[in-house]
Amino acid sequence: MASIPKITRLQAQEEAKAWNPQAIWQPPSSTQRFFDRLFRRMTYVFAGFTIVLIALLVVEIAIKAIPAFREYGFSFLAGRVWDPNKGVFGILPEIWGTLYTSLLALFFGTLFGVAAALFLSESYLGEAVFRFLKLFDLHFHPFWGKLPERLEALLKNLIELLAAVPSVVYGLWGLFVVIPLIRPYCNWLHTHMGWFPLFSTDLSGPGIFPAVFVLSIMILPTITAISRDALVSVPPKLRMAAYGLGATRWETILGVLLPTASRGIFGGVVLAFGRALGETMALAMLVGNANRLTVSLFSPADTLAALLANNFPEAGAKEIPVLMYAALVLLAITLVVNMFGALVLERAAGKAAAK
Amino acid sequence: MSDLKPVPIKGPEESSDFIHKMEAQAEKNPFEGVSFEDLEVSLYRPRTAFSAILTWIVTFMTIAALVPLFAVLWMLIWRGGKKLSLELFTALPPAPLEQGGGFGNAILGTVVMVAVATLITVPLGVLTGVFLAQAPNNSKLAGAVRFSSKVLTGFPSILAGVFAYGAIVLVTGGYSAIAGAVALSILMLPTIILTSESAISMVPARMKEASIGMGATGAQTVWMVLLPTAAPGILTGVMLAIARAAGETAPLLFTALFSNYWLNSGGHFNLMQPTASLAVLIYNFSGMPFKNQVELAWAAALVLVVLVLITNLIGQSFSRQQVQL
Repeated sequence: MASIPKITRLQAQEEAKAWNPQAIWQPPSSTQRFFDRLFRRMTYVFAGFTIVLIALLVVEIAIKAIPAFREYGFSFLAGRVWDPNKGVFGILPEIWGTLYTSLLALFFGTLFGVAAALFLSESYLGEAVFRFLKLFDLHFHPFWGKLPERLEALLKNLIELLAAVPSVVYGLWGLFVVIPLIRPYCNWLHTHMGWFPLFSTDLSGPGIFPAVFVLSIMILPTITAISRDALVSVPPKLRMAAYGLGATRWETILGVLLPTASRGIFGGVVLAFGRALGETMALAMLVGNANRLTVSLFSPADTLAALLANNFPEAGAKEIPVLMYAALVLLAITLVVNMFGALVLERAAGKAAAK
Repeated sequence: MSDLKPVPIKGPEESSDFIHKMEAQAEKNPFEGVSFEDLEVSLYRPRTAFSAILTWIVTFMTIAALVPLFAVLWMLIWRGGKKLSLELFTALPPAPLEQGGGFGNAILGTVVMVAVATLITVPLGVLTGVFLAQAPNNSKLAGAVRFSSKVLTGFPSILAGVFAYGAIVLVTGGYSAIAGAVALSILMLPTIILTSESAISMVPARMKEASIGMGATGAQTVWMVLLPTAAPGILTGVMLAIARAAGETAPLLFTALFSNYWLNSGGHFNLMQPTASLAVLIYNFSGMPFKNQVELAWAAALVLVVLVLITNLIGQSFSRQQVQL
């Protein structure tokens, strides 16, 4: 223990006289005020930079695309041939491929993603574990009793961590695991139900279906995380009121919880759609890169992002403006979808706050 | 009947009247008109059966959704783990048909590019976050900035590459690590802005008010009170952004390209040359018809996923340590 230095009464009085409050608290000096102003300006400028950045991204790509736009105009969007040697370019198959794969992946991703979100938000896992523990009379045990909650949190974190797995890894998995695995079943479908347009070709390697399969797995964590948040933030009194009126659990879910959370879920689905549209690597590896306009699930096709990824590294001077034009189309599609999604989520948050 | 209130003592006529009333009531069935069969919770009743069936369907769908997710991790460990050795981290990528080899230069390239991107993004993103957290609620600029960073969150990664290609590769005349880093920083920016905004606005208002009350300027309050208090949350955001950037392939394909050599080959560190990265290595090697290259791609995928997940977990541990004020 440090000893406190003893001072006489006189010394204390002397010190009190010498004490200058100005030395401790004082108005900011002019230098400090200058730095304050500088700092404020800087945050202002940096914040404005974000808006400028979006404008810059659009302008940069648009300017580089102008030569191609002059040459091909809007017929570029409707052309079906991509031949650098003849100088003929069209991206209709790519636009179709982008929308087709994303919408299919969105359908499966939403179906399974919302189901998983319901499973998590209704804490089915916790309930099952609790019942299991009750058999052994451990449900209030200091360690085992906490297991239901812990497992729930673990499952939720695991699903969120899986969203962090890079897309190129999913592509690798799709290429070497999924395609060999599903190929016999797909070809069986083709030989027995080939008259149905969706199965009209056989799967000889990469194709739309493996791409959709992997893409829906990739967007599932996004949909699950956002939908779970939306479901959890439904006010508990609504659920209690529904139970109080005698509704069963699923009548409550379908009649009260899902409609109340629908806006948040919808916003999440739109954001996932934007992600699926812009997803590059998994598709470039799995979709087959064939310039084909098709509805068959097992045929190779192409998407805008995959087209860019495959052609940019070896593009000649003549091809670059054309690719920039294709990038501009992709940019327009994703910006519209993302803005729509951000607006919907903002509205949903506003409504939730108003309650 | 035991919990009836004691009957007040009244005259004989009144009291007998009361007893008659009670008897009449007791004879009447209070549950008249209620069908107990309807209330029974039994799987034979359509309403409860419907509920149980849907519960099973949802459970089944969740398991079906989780199986592929875990299959990815399992295959990574199984196929990538077989090849794991120290050589992977020190050797250069092998030529076709050559055995052995590694991807040390790709790990270095990824780390360097992500580091440069972080250096670009953190000052920009954190200061924008400060601006958003400090701006008044009705500020139109803040609203626009917030909205545009949300839009940037969903910006396709390949378009960041296209932008960096047009703005840097074409201008400087060659593929480079700097171009790759710029492309990555566009993807990191929105995450850092949004997380640092929420971290700073979670600092209790009383701390900010105390600082201003003692005569600190706005800048002093931000540097000495807000940023140190919000640091764990900001660090979480930075780590999440780093984890995302490390796994990105598309923006690097035609900005940093790929290289079979070390970043510092030729004696000095040169950021203006084509640079290898783990993600691009996985993509390139997965398309090759050689067994050794495909195995290396799996091993690289395992290393990349482990790096990304560790970065993620470190980031999350920062916000878990945060002191509850």
